[in-house]
Amino acid sequence: MKVTKSGMVMFLYILFLMLPIYWLLNMSLKTNNEILNSFSLWPQNLTFENYMTIFTDKSWYSGYINSITYVLMNTVISICVALPAAYAFSRYRFMGDKHLFFWLLTNRMAPPAVFALPFFQLYSSVGLFDTHIAVALAHCLFNVPLAVWILEGFMSGVPKEIDETAYLDGYSFTRFFTRIFMPLIASGIGVVAFFCFMFSWVELLLARTLTSVVAKPIAATMTRTVSAAGMDWGVLAAAGILTIVPGALVIYFVRNYIAKGFALGRV
Amino acid sequence: MDLAWMGWTWQTGAFFGSIVLALIGMTIFSIKYPQSPKMGILRFETTPGDRLFMSLLGSAFICLGWLAMFGSPLWWALLVCCIYAFCVFRWV
Amino acid sequence: MTKTWNNKAWFMVLPVVILVAFSALLPLMTVVNYSIQDTFGNNQFFFAGFEWFEEIMTSSRFHDALGRQFLFSTIILAIEVPLGIFIAMNLPSKGWKSSLCLVLISLPLLIPLNVVGTIWQIFGRADIGLLGASIAALGLDYNYTQNAVDAWITIIVMDVWHWTSLVALLCFAGLQSIPEAYYQAARIDGASKWATFRYIQLPKMHGVLLIAVLLRFMDSFMIYTEPFVLTGGGPGNSTTFLSIDLVKMAIGQFDLGPAAAFSLIYFLIILLMSFIFYTVMNSLDKKEG
Repeated sequence: MKVTKSGMVMFLYILFLMLPIYWLLNMSLKTNNEILNSFSLWPQNLTFENYMTIFTDKSWYSGYINSITYVLMNTVISICVALPAAYAFSRYRFMGDKHLFFWLLTNRMAPPAVFALPFFQLYSSVGLFDTHIAVALAHCLFNVPLAVWILEGFMSGVPKEIDETAYLDGYSFTRFFTRIFMPLIASGIGVVAFFCFMFSWVELLLARTLTSVVAKPIAATMTRTVSAAGMDWGVLAAAGILTIVPGALVIYFVRNYIAKGFALGRV
Repeated sequence: MDLAWMGWTWQTGAFFGSIVLALIGMTIFSIKYPQSPKMGILRFETTPGDRLFMSLLGSAFICLGWLAMFGSPLWWALLVCCIYAFCVFRWV
Repeated sequence: MTKTWNNKAWFMVLPVVILVAFSALLPLMTVVNYSIQDTFGNNQFFFAGFEWFEEIMTSSRFHDALGRQFLFSTIILAIEVPLGIFIAMNLPSKGWKSSLCLVLISLPLLIPLNVVGTIWQIFGRADIGLLGASIAALGLDYNYTQNAVDAWITIIVMDVWHWTSLVALLCFAGLQSIPEAYYQAARIDGASKWATFRYIQLPKMHGVLLIAVLLRFMDSFMIYTEPFVLTGGGPGNSTTFLSIDLVKMAIGQFDLGPAAAFSLIYFLIILLMSFIFYTVMNSLDKKEG
């Protein structure tokens, strides 16, 4: 096989990306004793004990369930409210549309740190503190604007004649939207779901501020265990590997749309 | 729902009230006298709403700069803000 | 596309407006309230004028954090944007190789931010991490928890590791939209590789490149979790960026007034950046028709 220059570049780059992940995997399959006392490139005594700890200890696995719960809630809410809004932005001009769009964008850009404290007080005062829905709603802050932005990009790619033809054929708006329009931008919806999942899944600051026990996400479980129980490196590494798995699965499903999706449908 | 934690005082109420009034005012104004966007010295199109936004944002930075350099009171900074806002509406 | 003027479209936008108003506007109003008041607890407030703003604007703590933040964002952009373009040009453009590369390079983007911190925390330790151990084996003294320069290098490498793929993917999408005919024309004209890049590829990429620069700038400007896990803002205050400092002030010390003033100044900077970007993007759209 001929080795080309760009093949070499890609190989080096992917190596650079994969090495830290491999190291995490490597550590997750070792015992703590081995991690601290001997240095090896692969596990000498292969052990799955770290993973067993996570799957049997409720304080660990409930973290995953909590995270998945609020991430899914957030994805559904974001898409449901963003679909009609994106349609409005891509098809119509209305009073203050540009300013509204700009205001939405600034929320995507706003630092969560600014909102952490008022969120804490707001959700406490309406009795939502430490629930899944609180985190899901808080993550809407940056996911809804992003969803509108991406969907608008995809919808603008659908010719307007399709809408007009459908209305002439006697379709009502809802029927047209669900039967004809949504299948046309199915890939766009998939990409949005992927992004909402991704940003809600990786976010820690708000999720940690808004939960304490019942809805504690896995990310928070990890940081708190680090400080409390000394350094249980093996379990920490195993927990890290398990947080990568859902992302890897999701990315596999949308692999054909990744590039276009990251460009927000704007190429 | 108890809103005491938000800590309202009449000063902040007045601040938000004036912003809401400005928004309503601009909306009515743009319905009554529709204006096409104009091209200013910064080489992009602005509507009166954009110019209002730019004046407010710029004024906030002028006041912050004033606080950093001279400290309170802000009366003189307010004068600078007014001149700045006038310039934005006139030329941008 | 020509759009119809229709104010009824507001009804379709309404759910988004209500939702975002609840999750963005209410908290922001609270921040404004706090920023000009003082409190002795028990929800008793009194007016404090612009005292907090003055305190923040004249404190060296804020100036230092702001300086560090701008330095960090600049370095990040200077490394990630050229590297991202370079990677995108080397990505295989079709076939299973392309899919495989895309999936592999997107992987770091899907890792929770704190896990990214954890990965590099482990990877960089001299006793148990591959990177730390390799550097130590070379005889260099490297310790990111003690030495400020090492901490900075580790955080920058971590961010490059984490986010360069985003720039690469965006540029790749831009490159994919160039029709094959352009390249053929360039070949017939005998254009050099550089000329092809400068006059065909770069112009096609500038839209997505703008998005990439914006996303990277904003996200690095509000970076919190990764350095928090990796260094906790230390050693000393050397990696305390704006968000870390703000969270320390708001959640750690519960200084409502100064924290709120800090938040507002932070938010104003973001607002200015977004406005500049939005204006530039709109005028570009106009130019391209």
